[in-house]
Order: sequence, then C-alpha cells, then structure tokens
Amino acid sequence: MALLRYESQVRPPLVDGDKDYHQVTEDICRPVEARPTKAWWVGFIISVLFLCFGVYSIYREVTYGVGQWNLNRTTGWGWDITNFVWWIGIGHAGTLISAILLLFRQGWRTGVNRAAEAMTIFAVICAGQFPIWHMGRVWDAFFVLPYPNTRGPLWPNFNSALLWDVFAISTYFTVSLLFWYTGLIPDLATLRDRAKKKWRKWFYGITSFGWTGSTKHWQRQEALALVLAGLATPLVLSVHTIVSFDFATSVIPGWHTTIFPPYFVAGAIFSGFAMVQTLLLVTRKVLKLEEYITMEHIDVMNKIIVLTGSIVGIAYLTELFVAWYSADKFENFAFMHTRADFFSPYGWSYYTMMSCNVLFPQIFWIRKMRRNIMVTFFMSVIVNIGMWFERFVIILTSIHRDYLPSAWGPYYSPTIWEVGFYLGTFGLFFTCYFLFVKFFPVIALAEIKHILKRSGDNYKRNMGELEQETVEEFTQVHGHDHGA
Amino acid sequence: MAVKKFISGSFDDEAVLFPAVKQVRRSGHKIHDIYTPFAIHGLDKAMGLRDTSLHVAGFIYGITGTCTALGFITWALTYDWPINFGGKPFFSLVAWIPITFELTVLFSSVGMVWTFCWLCQLAPFVKKDHFNLRSTDDLFVMALECTNKTNEAETISFLQSLGAKDVQVQHKETKWWWGTYDKDKKIFEPKTETVH
Repeated sequence: MALLRYESQVRPPLVDGDKDYHQVTEDICRPVEARPTKAWWVGFIISVLFLCFGVYSIYREVTYGVGQWNLNRTTGWGWDITNFVWWIGIGHAGTLISAILLLFRQGWRTGVNRAAEAMTIFAVICAGQFPIWHMGRVWDAFFVLPYPNTRGPLWPNFNSALLWDVFAISTYFTVSLLFWYTGLIPDLATLRDRAKKKWRKWFYGITSFGWTGSTKHWQRQEALALVLAGLATPLVLSVHTIVSFDFATSVIPGWHTTIFPPYFVAGAIFSGFAMVQTLLLVTRKVLKLEEYITMEHIDVMNKIIVLTGSIVGIAYLTELFVAWYSADKFENFAFMHTRADFFSPYGWSYYTMMSCNVLFPQIFWIRKMRRNIMVTFFMSVIVNIGMWFERFVIILTSIHRDYLPSAWGPYYSPTIWEVGFYLGTFGLFFTCYFLFVKFFPVIALAEIKHILKRSGDNYKRNMGELEQETVEEFTQVHGHDHGA
Repeated sequence: MAVKKFISGSFDDEAVLFPAVKQVRRSGHKIHDIYTPFAIHGLDKAMGLRDTSLHVAGFIYGITGTCTALGFITWALTYDWPINFGGKPFFSLVAWIPITFELTVLFSSVGMVWTFCWLCQLAPFVKKDHFNLRSTDDLFVMALECTNKTNEAETISFLQSLGAKDVQVQHKETKWWWGTYDKDKKIFEPKTETVH
C-alpha cells in the first residue's frame, strides 16, 4: 500500500494543530456528546416545519390528484422532475468523494467524506420522492417492480430508460447506504465505548454492531471499502448517465442529444460539491471543526467546482453549435428560439443558468477567492440555483412548445403545492442532516486517525528544517553563484 | 460461551507496536488479537494473518447478479411474454446493459457487506467482550492467550519490556452473544489482576 502513496514535499498537513489520537476523538465526539445547542433546536424546528408543509402538499396532491399541480398538455413535467434531477445531482458528490477519491488515493477526502456521504443519502431520499408522487396513483407504485402479477404476468419494459432509472437509483441508494454505514461502524463503537449515559450505551451498542477493532476485522473492512469503492465508481457515473437517458432516448428537440450523459455527470458533480460546500462551511463553523475541514479542503473543492462548471459551460456551447450544425429545424428552434432568445417565454431562465453556472464560478480561478469563506458560501448557493435552472431549462423549454404550434400550451408556472412539495424536501433533507450531526460523528474518526501521523510529514520536516537553518546556511544550499 | 484467560497489554505508538509484534511472535507466544482504533497497514502482515478473500466473494456475487439480470430479462421478454416495442428485436441486449450493470453492482455490494458482517460476526444487538475500552480511542491492545504452559509472570514482564503499558491478566469471553450493551457488561465479572 505504501508504494501507492505519493506525498508532495510542499503539501501542508490535512489536519491542522498538533494533535494526538485521543485529542482527535475528543474533538469529533464533543458535538455528539454535548447537549444540543439553541441554534441546533432552531434549525431543527424550522426544518421540521418545512417538512410538515411538504407532507401537507403531498396530501393535497394524493387526495385531489395531480391537478393540484399546474402541469398541462404539453408541459407534463414541471417542477417535480426538475427537482428530482436537481436532488439526484446533489446526491453525486458524496459517493464521488468517498469512492472515486479513495481509488485515486486522495488523502484530503477523509475530512469531508462522512458528511458528504450522509448528504448523498438524504439527497437521494429527497430525489426519490418526486417520481414516486408524480405517479399520481402512488398506491400503484409497485407496478414498476418485476413481480409475478395477475396481469399475465406482464413484465415492466426493460428497454425503457424510466425503468433503468428505477434500478439505478435504488441500487445507488443501497450501495451508498452500505458504504456509509460500514465506514461508520468503527466510529459508532468509539462513541459506545465513551458513553456514560444509559441510552447512549444502548443506542450506540446496537448501531455499532459489536465492533471490537480486531486486526482481522480491520483488514476485511479495508478490503470491503476498496472493492465497494471500485463498484461505486462506475455506479456514480451510471446513475446520472441513466437519468440523462430519460431525456436523451426520447425524440423531443433539445433532449435528443448524445452529449447528455457526460454533461449531466459533470453537472451533478458540480452541484454536489456546491452543496457540500454550503453544508460544511456552516458545519465546521458551528461544530468548531476548522482544524479538520481546513482551508485546503475548501480550496480543493472550489477547484473541482470551477473545473466541472467549465465542463458544463462547454457542454452548453456545444449543444448550441450542434443545434446549428445539424440544420435540424426543430432542434434549431428549441435552442435558438426557446432557449437562447432572451425574449422568449423562458429566455430569462436560460440566462440565469448561463450566468450562475458558467460565468460566476470563473471567479475561482483566483486563489484568494477560493480561500475566502464568504465568497465560497455565496458561490455555492449561486451554483445550486444555476443548476436548478439548468434542469428547468432542459425540461420546460423543450416541452412547452413541441412540434405542433396549435398544441403549444399556456405559460407554465407552479402552484403553491408544487412549490410546497419542493420546500418539503428541503425540510426532509435538513431534518435528516440535523439529526445526523447530533447523533453521528460528522468526520470519519478512524480514517482521520489513519492519516493523522503520515499526513504532511515531509512538509513538517522540511518546514522545520527551514526554520532551523540560518540565512547563511540557506543561501549556501539554495542560492547560486553568479560567476564571481 | 467460552471464557478464556488472556494477558493483555496496551501500546500507544505504532512505532513501539510493530517491533513488539515481531518479538512476541519470535518468542513463540500466540497472539490472540490486536485491537486498534483504526486500520494500521501492515499490521496484519506482521501478525502473520493471511489476506482476506472477501473480494473473491464480491466477484462471485457480482457474476450472480449479472446472470440473474440477463437470464431473467431474456426469459421475460423473449420467452414468457414477448412484446413488440416499436419493431425492435425481442432480444435487445444493448438495452438491457444498464439494468444488468446495476444488478451486478447491487448483488456484489450487498453480498459482500453481508459476508463481511457474517465473517466478523457483526449485527445489531451483538455483544462482545472488550479488553480495554480505549482500544477504540487511542490505544493498540494486544491480547496473548494463556495456555497450561504459559508462565504468566514471565510473559507479563516480557510484554512490559517490549513497551506495553497496563499489562493485565484478564478472563474474557471469546464468542459473541445477544444482548444490549449495558446489562451484559455484568454477565462476566472480569477477574482482573493488575500488575504494577
């Protein structure tokens, strides 16, 4: 294993401050063991209120039908599918951080992976709500499953991208959950062994599955993590690829493009990292974890944001070019008139998307901006607004004016219950996140301890040597003669 | 239930632990286990543990998933109830790749986690004895099993000479049992003789 690791001579340590193992345990367990603060209660209660509004909105939709939403012919997909794709995109960063960065041996992932994975799981739960409730007769949702039924049995259409989606998202959720939880077991065991209160011993006793920390178990756990990472890596890419197939395999102008899979995956990583930034910037501040989620982490994630944002930008431009180059009348109309024309009904949303996703993130080419917390936080919100509009643009502009001008529907805008459903998923997401930060360690304890000593060793040694050297020694070694 | 007698010692530094493992093995003592708060690379090799075959299990589960998906879809769409979807062939393999891939990953990961839990005997409500509660915090706890031939005093001083702290003779349950955490701590009264 050691041979696979390369450590830069100038890379600062991943954990700031001179800590020993016990100090790490103390720092990370403190927020879990302390009583919830007032801020936590306020945030939690607001989240639950949002959740309640969402539940009521769904109740209206189920009771009175999808007519509670403003969907019409031809706008059969509106906020619901926009929100679905948006949430599932956000759910991509966690497994990317934990799986792909594990395979790439990126040590910095240990500071942020646990929270990002949790975020992934909650985001996927939120995403799943939209297609399920959109079905209208939600009590028949199980029809999508291939079970021996009394209708033949009539099997679902395995050639359909929508069915692929059912498999992709449920698999993604299951694998992410397993990956997250098998990593969490040792940390829960730490909490169990520190527990003083009876309910804590009971709760963490159950959830830690009787973990002892035996060497053989660690060996298996590491092997498991590595293979799961290997499996989850193509899985992450497959999920948004398949979501993009929902659009790309249809013959709607604006959807029927082969660029969709890579473009959707880049967009998903883009918005996922933005959401990780939004959450972790607050979390590190409130839980005082600045020494674990350091400026380095923020900097690195901002680099990923500017990279993926630019990939998305290239995809937007490519789409426009191909629409023109294809000389397809309908394709041209979808891109040049209903999207890129500012004065078309949804032109404003296209330019919101362009500026939030492509233009504004370019600020992160400047190092000072990447390492500025306020700028990062502001930009992370902007990016997610932009990515929401991306899905809105793709869905709305393509279907509100289809092939037949006589069928062009009225201008679509959501009802309060559509908006309420969306706000409700925010409530669900943050309720879960608040519970997570209260009952589980936000940072992967065992993994942080694993990199604690090794990380930045070269840096510390070199910096230490530099500081001890006198100026003369330094110039002797590093200076050079000008031929005197 | 099998309560056995152990001599346990705690180390607080990997740099001390590794040479100690070597010395202990060379002296002929049987290391029952070493409990660590995080994965220490190379410790399994130092202890002479063989590599895990968990990934082989993962491969077998994965192949099972592939076969299940392909077999089932082929049977359902070409034999049991073939449906003409827009004039495409009944056997349209390319369109089945996404689901085949997803089921491969699903079977492999669920199967591997299940096998992992089975091998390590992990499950909710499972309770196990611990040598030192700080082995999930900051200590590396080595446990040597005592046999009839073991000279306890000698082993204790041997461990201490290798840098182990808090060396004790402990009677511990080696198997797991069902129960909640709190009550079961009282099942076994630990007969601990601390040596100072």
